[in-house]
Order: sequence, then C-alpha cells, then structure tokens
Amino acid sequence: MRKRFKKWVMGRTDVMDRILDDASEIYDQPRETIKKQRMELVREMEERPGYERTLETEQKGFYLIYHIVAVISCILLIGVLLYTVAMLPRYGEENVRADEVVERYVERGLEETGAVNIVSGMILDYRAFDTLGESHVLFTALICVMILLRVDHKNMRSEYEDYYTVLSDRYYSLERDTIIRTMGKILLPCIFVYGIYILLNGQNSPGGGFSGGAVMGTGLIITAAAFGFDRVDSFLPLRVSMWMTFLSLMFYSFAKGYVFFTGANGLENHIPKGVPGAILSGGLILPLDIAVGLVVAGTMFGFYSLIRRGNIGGA
Amino acid sequence: MTYMTEIFKIIMLVLLIVCAVSVNLTRGLLKAVIIFMSYSSIMCVLWVLMESPDLAITEAAVGAGVSGILFMATLKKIDAEKEDAREEETEDGRERT
Repeated sequence: MRKRFKKWVMGRTDVMDRILDDASEIYDQPRETIKKQRMELVREMEERPGYERTLETEQKGFYLIYHIVAVISCILLIGVLLYTVAMLPRYGEENVRADEVVERYVERGLEETGAVNIVSGMILDYRAFDTLGESHVLFTALICVMILLRVDHKNMRSEYEDYYTVLSDRYYSLERDTIIRTMGKILLPCIFVYGIYILLNGQNSPGGGFSGGAVMGTGLIITAAAFGFDRVDSFLPLRVSMWMTFLSLMFYSFAKGYVFFTGANGLENHIPKGVPGAILSGGLILPLDIAVGLVVAGTMFGFYSLIRRGNIGGA
Repeated sequence: MTYMTEIFKIIMLVLLIVCAVSVNLTRGLLKAVIIFMSYSSIMCVLWVLMESPDLAITEAAVGAGVSGILFMATLKKIDAEKEDAREEETEDGRERT
C-alpha cells in the first residue's frame, strides 16, 4: 500500500486506474476497438480467476479510504469555519474593532462617493475593480456555456438525433399553458419595472447592478417561458445581446480606467458627484450599475436560452 | 417586540438547517431542487432580519429564482424526471452496457 502510494505521488502509476470509470477514453475510439478491448478484458478475467476478486477488494479499499478522507476533511472544514465565525464581532455590538478602512467607509463614504447607500458606494467605487472582475467572470462563463451547448448548422447531427435533443424541448414548450400566460401578462410589467427601479436606484436604496440585472434576467426568462422564444428574439436577437454585453464591459473598463488613472496620478477627476439622494448622483455609480445590470441580465437569459434550445436569439 | 424577532429568527435558522440536510437526503432530483429553492428563500428572510437588504434581493432573485430555473431546465434536458430514463438513453448513438 505504501509503495503504491509512493509510486502514485511520484506520478509513475495511477492508483485509480481501472477502478474509476474511464468511459470517456473508451468512447473516443471506434466501436470495433472498444469491442476488442472488452473481449480482451473478459479473456483476462477467465484466464485468471482471482482477477475479478482482486479488482473488487481494491475497489473496496479505495472507497474505504475515500470515505475516511471525506469525513475528516468535512470535520476540518466545519472546525475552521466555526472558529472563524467565533472570531467575528457579535451582531449589533458597539465599538467593533476600530479598523481604519471601516472607519473611513462609514465616516467619509457619502462625501467621497456621493452614494447614500454605502454598500453601492463600496462595491462600485472603492472596490470597483472586484466588480469589474465579477462581470468578466460572468461573461466568460456565458462564453463557455455557449461553446458547450450551442447548436447551429455546423455541429448539428442528423435530424433524427436532434429530435431527441433540441426539438423535444420545443415540443414541451409551456406556451400553451393558460396559467403561465395569464400570470405572465399580469406579473411581467411589475417585474421589469421593479428590476429597472432597483437598477437605477442602486446608489440611494438597497439594490444595484447585480440584483437589478438578476430580476430583469428572470423577467426575460419568464417572457420566454410564457410567450415563446420568438417574442424575446424580436427585441433581443443574438447580435444585440452580444453587442450589449460587450459594450457594457468596454464602457465599465474605460470609465474605471479613467478613474484609476486620475486617482493614481493625483489628477483632478471631472465626473460630477451630484446631490446625494437624487437619481443622478454618485458620480460613476449609476452608469456602472446600468452596465453591470445589462451584463447580468444578458447572461442569465443566455444560460436559460442555451440550455433550452442551444442558441441565444435567432441568429 | 425584539423577543418575538429572536424567536422568529431561531425558527428560521432551524428550518434552514432542516432544508440544508434534507437536500442531501432526498432521492428525487426535482424535489432536491425545490428544497434548495426554499433554502434560498429562508436565507433571504434571514438576510432581511440581519439588516442587509442588498444581499436579500440578490439571494431572492438568483438563489430562489434563476438558479432553480436553470436546475429545472437541466433536469428537463437530461430527462431526470423519468424513473427509467437510463434505459432510454441509447438513442444518442452510443451503446451503453
């Protein structure tokens, strides 16, 4: 056992060889080769009666170790997390650790960012670089899902197979369901108005780009479920949604790049802060909120659309 | 009044733990998704009680809404609702034994 472990650590053998399912390797080969390999495996088992049993015992040993390691790592993780929670200040306590950063956020946040909602001021002004990274993560995730799930004329298989993969989902479409249609008619305007309100009012009240974008994305998904994808395609074809996401990310990058450049070099920033509490206030926070919201809404609808029919918008 | 809030908070926390454990113990995938969505809704109420409405809105929209819809769309795609889905999987061109 120890020798095997050492070998595995050195990278000479694979302990899980033949124990775990290596189906992907097999299925990449042509069918004749698979049959030949299977026959060889069967012959090997017939020639050596102990072969199957040793495989079984190895498997059992592996699963025993697997379970023990899983339980130990779970307990360790729970311990670390509980320890961290115990170190946090109690909820609602006064005079928590007087951190320089926290103090500055609380005392000068409104003056420096122009946002009444200090959370928005933090995530879109002090720490806007994090939010930029998050938006790019979402965009990259959408591209990856598109690579995996997109169906067009290049990777379509025969019509018979596509009946079971793509077209079957269309057959189960919810468009004819009276309940969903009626509820959609009543609720959709409220959902969109609420999403836009959250998006535009991020600097004054709870909300902001991510939540507003998620609500609007949910609205788009409900539209697609209740009235069919054609309804969404009429105002959000693939080209528009891609350009919308791309331009939002570009605008975010350039606007924050300008702020970073002027801030780092001690130059004057020419973006007006506005009156705190008004819609047009908080300097760059409102436009950045809109950019993040558009990216999130496009991504959420894109995931759903790619999973359901393998495409975003009608070409 | 704060007394009532404390009791409500404890009830919600117990429900949260029950949901989190039962997601793992449920057999059906669709049931697990629905329990997961209810977990997100309870977490949303807890965020409001902890005075962070920003997180509550996001949790309600993403946790209880979009991720649940995506899970359900995926389950539809892999035919997970059917008990005997595995036997009908041979249509995608590969023999499975």
